[in-house]
Amino acid sequence: MKMSRRRVTVALTAAGFAVTASGGVGLATTEPPLTSEAGAEGEVDYMWTPNEELLAGAEDEVNFVAWAGYAESGANDPAVDWVTPFEDITGCSVSVTDGASSDDMVAQMQTGEYDGVSASGDATERLIAGDEVGPLDVSQMTSYESIFEGLKLQPWNSVDGEPYGVPHGRGANLLVYNTEAFADAPPDSWSVVFEGGTEADGAVSIYDNAIYIADAAVYLMSTQPDLGITNPYALDQAQFDAAIALLEQQEALVGQYWGVYTDQQVALEGGTVLAGTTWQVIVNIAQSNGATIDAVKPMEGATGWSDTWMLSTKAAHPNCMLMWMDWIASPWANAQVAEWFGEAPSNSESCAVTSNPDHCALFHADEDEYWEDVWYWTTPTAECIDGRTDVECVPYTEWVNAWNALRA
Amino acid sequence: MTVPVVDQLVGGTASRSPRPARALSRAFSRHRGLALTSLLSPAVAWLVLVYIASLALLVVAAFFRLDGFTGKPTTEFTTDNLEVAFTTWDFVRVVGRSVRVAVLVTVVCFVVALPVAFFVAKVVRPWARRGLLVALLMPLWAGYLVKGYAWKALLRPGAEFGVNKDGGFLSSVFGYTPGFGQVAVVLALSYLWLPYMILPIYAGLERLPASLLDASSDLGAKPLRTFSSVIIPNLLPSIAAGSIFTFSLSLGDYITPRIVTEGKFTMIGNLIQSYLLAPNQPLAAAFTLWPLLIIVVYLIVMKRAGAFDNI
Repeated sequence: MKMSRRRVTVALTAAGFAVTASGGVGLATTEPPLTSEAGAEGEVDYMWTPNEELLAGAEDEVNFVAWAGYAESGANDPAVDWVTPFEDITGCSVSVTDGASSDDMVAQMQTGEYDGVSASGDATERLIAGDEVGPLDVSQMTSYESIFEGLKLQPWNSVDGEPYGVPHGRGANLLVYNTEAFADAPPDSWSVVFEGGTEADGAVSIYDNAIYIADAAVYLMSTQPDLGITNPYALDQAQFDAAIALLEQQEALVGQYWGVYTDQQVALEGGTVLAGTTWQVIVNIAQSNGATIDAVKPMEGATGWSDTWMLSTKAAHPNCMLMWMDWIASPWANAQVAEWFGEAPSNSESCAVTSNPDHCALFHADEDEYWEDVWYWTTPTAECIDGRTDVECVPYTEWVNAWNALRA
Repeated sequence: MTVPVVDQLVGGTASRSPRPARALSRAFSRHRGLALTSLLSPAVAWLVLVYIASLALLVVAAFFRLDGFTGKPTTEFTTDNLEVAFTTWDFVRVVGRSVRVAVLVTVVCFVVALPVAFFVAKVVRPWARRGLLVALLMPLWAGYLVKGYAWKALLRPGAEFGVNKDGGFLSSVFGYTPGFGQVAVVLALSYLWLPYMILPIYAGLERLPASLLDASSDLGAKPLRTFSSVIIPNLLPSIAAGSIFTFSLSLGDYITPRIVTEGKFTMIGNLIQSYLLAPNQPLAAAFTLWPLLIIVVYLIVMKRAGAFDNI
């Protein structure tokens, strides 16, 4: 089902520039000295040495669940490969299973067949609660130290100050739009997908998952402040009903509910979708295939993700998995995956080795204010996570029921 | 069939076997029932364990309560899942829609398959028959997903801002496409399951002696009368067999509806998949009871209609 991707590395750089331009962020064109790794193949400095103890206990293989694009072995683009160097260095051969959604990843991890997972915040908490993953000894990991402080020991990747995983990177769910259809006025508000009245009516593409209800809540936070939503994942019944009402109204505008990212990518290229919620990686691939599209983080803010690599409590190959977690968070590999996927890296030293020297600036890797209105995916629970104790919030199982009823 | 075979086996090996084996074979030949039982029991065990037990487990799972936070089923008993699956109006509507699609697909397959099967079985020369049969089965060689996405490409409407503004084959060549909706689902599913309708009807027609058709026309029946009074009654079991394939396969499908409608057409299978991934296995199990019940009712109706009388 994978679509062919031409020269994506080149396109990635272009895509990054385009996004920032449309996002209204001024682009400094200063050019720091390029690192030699961009051109010289075979002489790459991987900037990582495995922990000796782990290497001595390497199990020959590792088997994990990851978001599409998080473990590239050159199959999509020969130039995009950080799995083969890892295999060469450690002798652990890597098998990857794509997770379609956070829900899917939780279900996969429950089978106990995998060594680890790259989980978003709406999965990590459920995985921790279900004892699928355990605390981590980060002293074995050389990469952990240089990870951005703002990502370490967060509620979704730690328990009582003890790390449960290695931060991978973060990004926002963006508003994608067709630049020809919106030639006059590029949109900067989610109203395109919620209120309509634009070229995109009937051609809006929506992420088909219950967690998308939070996107409606983010929009309501700025359009209906009376509802008093302070966190899109902590909705009491009245707030939740308002979000569902908004989504029901949205249905008339929708041309596609996408579950697999390639579905949206093809629709963006075909022009059957003119606006919608997207991931940067989809935009990059579609643009490289000729789609006239662009993406922006709208003024209302957005939902997003902050991903964490976690070790399964039932891991059959824990040493290889721990080395992989250390590797993927190390400067070189982390820069590779951040650029390919189109997200902000988690390792502060990655910024010096990205092939586009401005990658970290483009994706706001170290700008805390950019992330202030990005609401990382989190699992909604009956106990309101915004701290309210006078009401009960709608738990995630109800979100799933409401979403399925809406889609029925 | 079974007993003579056993006899042969027993007789053939008795003279050469060592003592315990001979005793065993003697026991088998004296107690025919024992031989039959031991021959059948692996198959029966397989059926019971793999098929019936897992089905029973599915029914039981529908009564488990879900731990909402970890997404794991607990063994606590509840009827909440059944209540959600069977009394929520939105979900009942999805079931109705799925049945409608399954019936439409079955009708379309029948209408197309009958003349095709008749042509192959009764009209063409015998030497051409084999080639035509292979040709009819050829689509089964291609992958399911390939065919689904091929239909999506065929049906895709043109778009003003697309890379290819003319749209897919139908819209660019004929200037019309039904687009991504129920028609697309019925078309794609009918295409997918058509061979399963053609084959049993073809087999039924082949068993139908040509002399019956001759007799009918000798007695003065016009072709239409022959069709309704001779062919159809004789074909009923075949049609029923084919319709069970097309109906049940369509009822449970969730991938094709997703592909050819951009995820905008929800069937029972999509609901089950969505809840499996949620993960909410108990509720997913509760939803599987719908197609289970529908298929059981369908089979009973078929039996009442006498469809199985000649099998």
